[in-house]
Amino acid sequence: MSVALLSSILIDGITYAMILFMITVGLSMTMGLMRVVNLAHGAFAMLGGFLSASLPQRLGLPIGVGFVLAIVLVGLAAVLFERILLRRFYRRDDLDQMLVTIGLMFVATAAVNLLFGSSVTSVALPEAFNGSVDLGFRSIPRHRLIVVACGLAVVTILWLTVDRSSFGIRVRAAVDNAPIARAIGIDTTKIYAATFAIGAALAALGGIAGAELLPMEPTYASKYLVILLAVVAVGGNGNLFGSFFAALLLGTVETSMKYMVPQLASAAFFLTMIIVLLVRPQGLFGRQA
Amino acid sequence: MSAVSPPLAMVAPSPTRPWMQLRVEIVLTLVGLLAFVLFPQDLGLLTNIATMSIFALSLSLVLGQAGIATLGQAALYGSGAYVAGWTALYLTADPIVGLLLGALGGGLIALLSGAVMLRATKLTLVMLTIAVAQLLLELANWARGLTGGDDGLAGFNIGPLFGIWEFNFLGHTGYFYALGALVLVYFLVRNLVESPFGLTAKAIRQDPGRVQALGGRVYLHLLAVYTVGGIVAGLAGALTAQTSKVANLFMLDFTTSAGVVVMIVLGGTRRLSGAVLGTVAYMTIHHIASTLNPHHWLFFIGSMLIVVLIVLPEGLIGLLDRAMAYAKRLGARGGAK
Repeated sequence: MSVALLSSILIDGITYAMILFMITVGLSMTMGLMRVVNLAHGAFAMLGGFLSASLPQRLGLPIGVGFVLAIVLVGLAAVLFERILLRRFYRRDDLDQMLVTIGLMFVATAAVNLLFGSSVTSVALPEAFNGSVDLGFRSIPRHRLIVVACGLAVVTILWLTVDRSSFGIRVRAAVDNAPIARAIGIDTTKIYAATFAIGAALAALGGIAGAELLPMEPTYASKYLVILLAVVAVGGNGNLFGSFFAALLLGTVETSMKYMVPQLASAAFFLTMIIVLLVRPQGLFGRQA
Repeated sequence: MSAVSPPLAMVAPSPTRPWMQLRVEIVLTLVGLLAFVLFPQDLGLLTNIATMSIFALSLSLVLGQAGIATLGQAALYGSGAYVAGWTALYLTADPIVGLLLGALGGGLIALLSGAVMLRATKLTLVMLTIAVAQLLLELANWARGLTGGDDGLAGFNIGPLFGIWEFNFLGHTGYFYALGALVLVYFLVRNLVESPFGLTAKAIRQDPGRVQALGGRVYLHLLAVYTVGGIVAGLAGALTAQTSKVANLFMLDFTTSAGVVVMIVLGGTRRLSGAVLGTVAYMTIHHIASTLNPHHWLFFIGSMLIVVLIVLPEGLIGLLDRAMAYAKRLGARGGAK
């Protein structure tokens, strides 16, 4: 294998993995915390992408401000969804939770189609993201580097938040044992809403950053749903580093196969997932249920 | 102690009134014939409803009765469709042989994948079923020499049914073939569900640990149920391939798996009749709404799903039950006057 091929695989694989990580980490957190399987999570990434593509033009804002606004709006939409609909399903069985979120995904797909049209929408990036960086032996598109930096920043900030802040302590208490956490005065309702909003906002960030690799279209949420769920299942839900390493594993496996045997790239992705789940049903970093 | 409730009484089949036992089969046949008379121009849709109902029955058995959480039922359905296509292309044009081989194909895939998957539970199981279906989809897409890839497997001929009735453009044969298969499959699956085999499956859904403690072999039993579900789903796929003369990648797609789950949830997961009712409702709405606008259709089905889950957790069949109980009460009051 030549150095050029290997470096291409690594660059694209890690970029892809960081996008997968940013989109899925919120899904993994809500699954660990509320034990809810949110199949509509991809819709948050989609919403983020479409808003960031249209807001700067319609409101005449700089692109960067539009991105931030889009991410905040997705977070707010997520809180509404959690408060109005999802909380009714915390006590229902897994299947009902999956179905109500599938229903929401359908509605989101129809709404995006109505608002933004059925074609692929490209997300315009700020000037600073274009161009490439010369490393001597080859050049890397600057966009890739920024995505990887974003991913690393997200994992670091989340780790610090969960591990060091008092909010993180409460989140971990609620993950470990929600009734006891409530009993000692932790407001789990607020924690659920906040975590859900943060997760959705991160998905929006991932959707915007990854729009070049996973293009924005109304069927986005269902098209990439299976891939997102695979990352969460392989990582083990509720585990930050689980999602991170699962995204790296699955992302590099799929990307390297895309370079070498493109027809079998997706097959390799799912085969990896099946093998991991057979060996470790609770995921790479998941705890025994 | 009056608090001790008696064991749930089994509804004893009454030998004097066998039609009560067969009432759903009879209603299905009558409604099927009525639909044929009323909507002769929509036979294609009606045939699809019949074949999808069989597919929904397979899921109702696997998920509704045994509680095997799956979002990958399309793997079994699509396998049946491709096997039926291959049978017609390379082996024989006889529809019954194709149907049985398709059913076997679905059953074989279910047996092989189930043997690997069914030790897992909950989300892991759901993810494994999705992964298996996606893996088959990717393999089918890759092996285009065998499956035709994106274009699907087409160009096969189906011989006359029982050597008598030709499958022609009018679609009469196709419709009665599908309707007959539906009534027969319903009868067989209902008997299976009411048998000790089916009751054990229900018990496993409610408490696998207790079944294990009582000496039941949970894993083997679930594998058996999943395989039977695979046979029924494969049969439905074969029937679809034969009546529509094509087997394509969409039949293995995640959307197909999710769609059939939506159907049985709309109708009611715990009852076989709910599966058929849900399929009829889903397909009819799809037909009407998608002629207006394909994305309105998604909006409609999505919101309907959410409303049904909040208001009617037992599905449309629960609504029907309530209506019938209400009618009975009214009748009793009227009789007492």
